[in-house]
Amino acid sequence: MTDLLTLSGVHTHIGRYHILQGIDLAVPEGQVTMLLGRNGAGKTTTLRTIIGLWQASKGEISLGGTRIESLATPDIARLGVGYVPESMAVFSDLTVKENLVLAARDGPLDDTQLDWIFGFFPALRRFWLSRAGSLSGGQKQMLSIARAIIEPRKLLLIDEPTKGLAPAIVMALIECLKEIKRKGATILLVEQNFFAARELGDSVLVMDNGTIVHRGEMAALAADVPLQERLLGLSLETHQ
Amino acid sequence: MTDLAANDPLPKPKRDLAPILLPIALALLMIPLIGSTSSWLTLTVASLAMGMMIFIMASGLTLVFGLMDVLNFGHGAFIAVGAYVATLVLAPFAASIQADSLWMNLAVLAPAALLSMAVSGALGLVVERVLILPVYGQHLKQILMTTGGLIVAEQTLYALWGPQIIPMPLPASLRGSFIIGDVAIAKYRVLAMLIGLAIFIAIQLVLNRSKLGLLIRAGVENREMVEALGYRIRRLFLGVFMTGSALAGLGGVMWALYREQVHASMSDDLTVLIFIVVIIGGLGSIGGCFIGAILVAMVANYGGFLVPKLALVSNILLMVAILMWRPRGLYAVTSR
Repeated sequence: MTDLLTLSGVHTHIGRYHILQGIDLAVPEGQVTMLLGRNGAGKTTTLRTIIGLWQASKGEISLGGTRIESLATPDIARLGVGYVPESMAVFSDLTVKENLVLAARDGPLDDTQLDWIFGFFPALRRFWLSRAGSLSGGQKQMLSIARAIIEPRKLLLIDEPTKGLAPAIVMALIECLKEIKRKGATILLVEQNFFAARELGDSVLVMDNGTIVHRGEMAALAADVPLQERLLGLSLETHQ
Repeated sequence: MTDLAANDPLPKPKRDLAPILLPIALALLMIPLIGSTSSWLTLTVASLAMGMMIFIMASGLTLVFGLMDVLNFGHGAFIAVGAYVATLVLAPFAASIQADSLWMNLAVLAPAALLSMAVSGALGLVVERVLILPVYGQHLKQILMTTGGLIVAEQTLYALWGPQIIPMPLPASLRGSFIIGDVAIAKYRVLAMLIGLAIFIAIQLVLNRSKLGLLIRAGVENREMVEALGYRIRRLFLGVFMTGSALAGLGGVMWALYREQVHASMSDDLTVLIFIVVIIGGLGSIGGCFIGAILVAMVANYGGFLVPKLALVSNILLMVAILMWRPRGLYAVTSR
């Protein structure tokens, strides 16, 4: 399987802080790669560096063979990268429809794609003309993900989509992400919810202090409790 | 964290009418204080006309503030330049301006206003590229650069036109008043209100009915996310900046006609009012800017009539009161 995204020796500084300290990782095409780690390990910074919101101070980032580390964020997005930030970042002053109209960059909304999205997130159809700011946390997260998949993307960068959501919404999101995965999407997914990570992940990367400290199959990590405790300070078994 | 299930009904959105009711309540409150209905009506129309002119000048600045977090202390330069450029058209056609024909007056006035907008907009392009582009995200440097730019613009106007005040008489057909009973309503103030209202509606239509408007509204709220969706917000910002500069130029022409004079530092006092309007309206909010401009003009006019000694500080007091009530302005759009 070819790697869609590769990072080689990537460093990122934010002000005087040296956050990413030589990241090497590869995201295989058509797979869900989980990026795990404790708070402050550098997971969000990794995603933001890939999408260009923070500039890598050193190293190479390659998407499908194209170097992107010095490109501006809009240019990286136009190469087919969708980004779902941790904060959801829906445009609260805009309606659900307007949020999706903006996300469909290259033309009008595609009805087939829209129906597919409504299949997972019927709430979005129901609140089509409601202001996004009035949605609940789970509905905002649905909108944020819908915005990233309203057009075909080569790569999805998703940052903690289940954070702070009710269990029922988490299950709906997991089902949606599974379906996106079945359609062949390549996803780099930051997640603190280990149940979600185990359900979705093909491979896993674990970060600590701005570096990758473990890489392997998600199933192998899920089965190895001592390894989970060593890498993450807790085990999957206690989070089910 | 409390969270609604996916299909739970939405809480009904609250319509925030309080800011809209504020100028209406203020105007009604003034009726008994002012005493005479004709004086009250004259002051109210004067406030609305002044408010519309301030709104035209401030609307671009609030979007620039909201969209790119840029502090442009040189915004007044576009106002003065717009007014001076209008004199280039109006002076040679003084006879047409003083002719007692509305159409002849407008045939000169309209091109003068359009040229002023074009020149101010082009100046906006230069200012954004030369002064603001190098200092994005650095507020202190933005203040220094744009204040420096304002000084250079003012001194250039002095050098080109001289230090004297240039008269800019109202066209003959816009002089005088409409007399309704014992109330006199200045014709030019009615025109200013109509133009201001038309611009407000046009901006609202663009912001609410076009993809460009959606992008501007989204960019004001979260420019990073707009970029992550693949839109080049810098280009959008440049367009907004130029449009805001052009509107400031138009506002300069209207203000100069209102005062019937032009001078290089004409924007100094206006700039203070414009910043007050932008702050109390809520950074990036066109609706807030519109209401803020009317409030500022009302406080200036009613305050000047009732308590002239308070006129100088009345708008500062208004700003303090509004910010104590709503610390992020009447309609908070950005999180700043």
